[in-house]
Amino acid sequence: MEPIYVPFREANSFYRNLYDLFAEWSFWGVSPIPDWLAYFLAGFLIVFTVVNTVVIVTTIGTWVERRLIGRFQSRVGPNRWGPWGLATPIADAVKLLSKEDTRPEGVDGWVFNLAPLVFIVSPLLVFAVIPFGEGTYIANLNIGILFIIAVTTAPTIAMFMAGWASGNRYSLFGAMRGVAQLVSYEVPMVLSIVGVLLLSGSLSLVDIVEAQRIPFIVLQPLGFFIFLLAISAEMNRSPFDIVEADSELVAGFHTEYSGMKWGTFQLAEFIAPFGAAAIITTLFLKGWDGPLLPSHLWFFGKVCFVWFVLLWIRATLPRLRVDQIMALAWKFLFPLGILNLFITAAQVLVWEDPTTGQLWIMAGINWAVAIACLVGVSQLMSDKLSTRAPLAPVPVKGARGLREVR
Amino acid sequence: MPIRTEPVTINLGPQHPSTHGVFRMRITFDGEIILDVEPVFGYLHRGSEKLAEERTYTQVITLTDRLDYVSSMSNNLAYVLAVEKLAGINPPERAMYIRVIVAELQRIVSHLVATGFFLNDLGALATPLMYCFREREKILDLFEMLCGARITLSYMRVGGVFQDAPPDFWHSLRDFLNYMPGYIDEYETLITGNEIMLIRTKGTGILSGETAINSSISGPILRASGVNWDLRKTDPYDVYDRVDFDVPQGTVGDNYDRYLTRVAEMRQSLRIIEQCVDQIEEGPVRAEVPALVRPPIGDAYGHVEGPKGELGFYIVSDGSIAPYRFKIRSPSLINLSALRGMLLGSKLADMIVTFGSMDINMGEVDR
Amino acid sequence: MYGLGIAKGLSVTFRNLFRKPSTIQYPEEAVPQAPRFRGEEFAWYEERCTGCASCAKFCPLGIIKIVTHPGGIDVQEGQSYAIDVFDIDLGRCMFCGLCVEACPYDALFMGSGFERSTYRRDDLVIPIDELRQAEKHPSTWFRPQLEAKEYRPQTGQPLSWEEVGR
Repeated sequence: MEPIYVPFREANSFYRNLYDLFAEWSFWGVSPIPDWLAYFLAGFLIVFTVVNTVVIVTTIGTWVERRLIGRFQSRVGPNRWGPWGLATPIADAVKLLSKEDTRPEGVDGWVFNLAPLVFIVSPLLVFAVIPFGEGTYIANLNIGILFIIAVTTAPTIAMFMAGWASGNRYSLFGAMRGVAQLVSYEVPMVLSIVGVLLLSGSLSLVDIVEAQRIPFIVLQPLGFFIFLLAISAEMNRSPFDIVEADSELVAGFHTEYSGMKWGTFQLAEFIAPFGAAAIITTLFLKGWDGPLLPSHLWFFGKVCFVWFVLLWIRATLPRLRVDQIMALAWKFLFPLGILNLFITAAQVLVWEDPTTGQLWIMAGINWAVAIACLVGVSQLMSDKLSTRAPLAPVPVKGARGLREVR
Repeated sequence: MPIRTEPVTINLGPQHPSTHGVFRMRITFDGEIILDVEPVFGYLHRGSEKLAEERTYTQVITLTDRLDYVSSMSNNLAYVLAVEKLAGINPPERAMYIRVIVAELQRIVSHLVATGFFLNDLGALATPLMYCFREREKILDLFEMLCGARITLSYMRVGGVFQDAPPDFWHSLRDFLNYMPGYIDEYETLITGNEIMLIRTKGTGILSGETAINSSISGPILRASGVNWDLRKTDPYDVYDRVDFDVPQGTVGDNYDRYLTRVAEMRQSLRIIEQCVDQIEEGPVRAEVPALVRPPIGDAYGHVEGPKGELGFYIVSDGSIAPYRFKIRSPSLINLSALRGMLLGSKLADMIVTFGSMDINMGEVDR
Repeated sequence: MYGLGIAKGLSVTFRNLFRKPSTIQYPEEAVPQAPRFRGEEFAWYEERCTGCASCAKFCPLGIIKIVTHPGGIDVQEGQSYAIDVFDIDLGRCMFCGLCVEACPYDALFMGSGFERSTYRRDDLVIPIDELRQAEKHPSTWFRPQLEAKEYRPQTGQPLSWEEVGR
């Protein structure tokens, strides 16, 4: 029987091999097992492995994140449970599982319970199309990027469901702000991705990685910058985390959740940076490519580096106000995205199939444009962004001078 | 057809991660714009003024520690100045120098706490807070060397200071003076030029100089609004007339100015401490005062420029060992009256930031 | 230029990543304390105490309870009261040290620890037997004779009544 299942066209050959393996089984007197079952088991095994790897990497990532934020703040992070605190994620999971699952009185039952599930589906689905190494992916959809864009809009609905169903004014405020923010930042995100697509010519992520002779971060600095800001805002990460601003609205849309439901929200929030780092690596940093070391290691290393940069930004910067976030999206990132798109489109039109030398010329032009934009914007906003002079003259007779800290 | 909106009243309750202490506000919003603010306080009232009538003058010092629990030396100093004025006691020179050094160190501590929590309210994930607290630990270690406690110090006594400083204290103080300016520079590098901080705090929470004077505001808030008024210059007590320092002033009176004023005051405090350390001489640190002080019948008002404003004590004595009436002029309570004016018309996020920049301490507001 | 302030801020946090963290791993490491630290576990020397109850009078909270009867011997002054009850209620003590300041015979000293916590509020009252039998590490607060000897209460030997006087 020639299976006509769609994934076989696009998925890894590994899937086909697993299917062939399972198709030979006999089970409970049914020999061989029906091919829909073999197909299901093969798929299940692959997806199970990938999802578990992602979740385990995320839980170790929570430990690393808390230790690193501690070191940024000149203190040690958690180091009590297990050697160097490595069992802290396990302790967290046990604590969350053993908490009471509260359900306040005015909630809307089904919506309240389903919101965490919808929230966690999206970061996990992103990993379905990303190549982890040379030839290693779950599915090579020829509309890969479009799939990712579609899937990253799911948290919007989940956030609104959670905020509305909680029956709490603070949650509703948080949810409203969150929806406004997520919807606004879709546009710059898509615009910066289109710049990459013009250069690579295909929507499939595997093709994008292979089309990068020079990493696209060099060719599209403006696109990278816009994408970094847009995806930070999509993930509700500092400096765009008004949605869960602890100092203002207690906890935003997940105030009324406790126990493992809240744990699911937090898990989704921790998987999201890894997902974003994976997307950035694939689109801008040449994915799994690199000399000497095996490709999986390169991919993991690049993902960790981008994740570290996201963490560094989170640990340092204060948060922006909601109207400033909207202004940033619509008045700053959107025009820059369109500018980037025009320039890239013009370059692709002029140089249909560029050689490496021409690629470097393109890179030069793009960097010049990016720096010009930055200087231009700072001139426009100079009155709002100028610091005031120090308010008292500091060294005078008799006082010792300032010394740098070692 | 215009959309019909409805104002919403929210209770920012006594338990909240960002109201510094137990403070409650009832705020009426229309969307994000604030229409009305009604502060409710009194959750930390402990009856200090009444309790003081049952305690001797020396025991009241332990009560004053706990008013503004972040800046306990300044509270002690204000009270002791009031009693000395009432009883006509002059403390020795060395005591006055040590008092000034300790009061300025306490000012640095209080401004570090204020700045750290201000940035926490802005959302910087506690990183600048941890840096400020790292330096505060060093000053608290200095205080521990001096008087055995870190926060509620009870260091001053009527007639001088409680006990002289050990020799280790002077060495540690000199080390501190050497490395502290570098740390203040580090905070400024981290925060002052940060564009997000500039966008959030410039132009929000504006308090004009005239409104400030009409509402009896004092302290860094007043100076940030452009008014040149510092009790250390206009009514000098102890040895403030022998040291030179500048009084930083703001121009606009917004949150950014208040933050800059506090950082500049920290630098000026370091300057004052250096000059005092150079000028101090050996001598007694406590005047000959009986253990149970009996001031003559009368009244006196003693005030200091505390880190939060003018802290004053009005003491009425009837010749016995305990005060007859003990009235506290608390700066945070009076500064709080300007909050509503600053907040009308601004947004929710600005409210938290403005409240944080005013540096209100509930121990003082509720006494 | 736009972005430079943020970049400088990021560099400050990055530099902090490589500094030693300023955490003290309590309880494995000892917290550094000054010799004048006003701790719990008051050090009371019965041999020097005459039962004058100045400490009880000076305490702002009135937590020291002293019951005496005449007929005791004080090693320095000769006559004194014999002390039956000498309780300090740590549940309400604020460790201000006014009692230590009041004692004219150097019989009461502040302690040096802070780890005397109990499970019940009643156990927080220190009775006279515990005060008599405890190992005494007196703090040097308001006792210049101890400071002149450079006594370190946290690490030094317990002192007996002869060594603590003026």
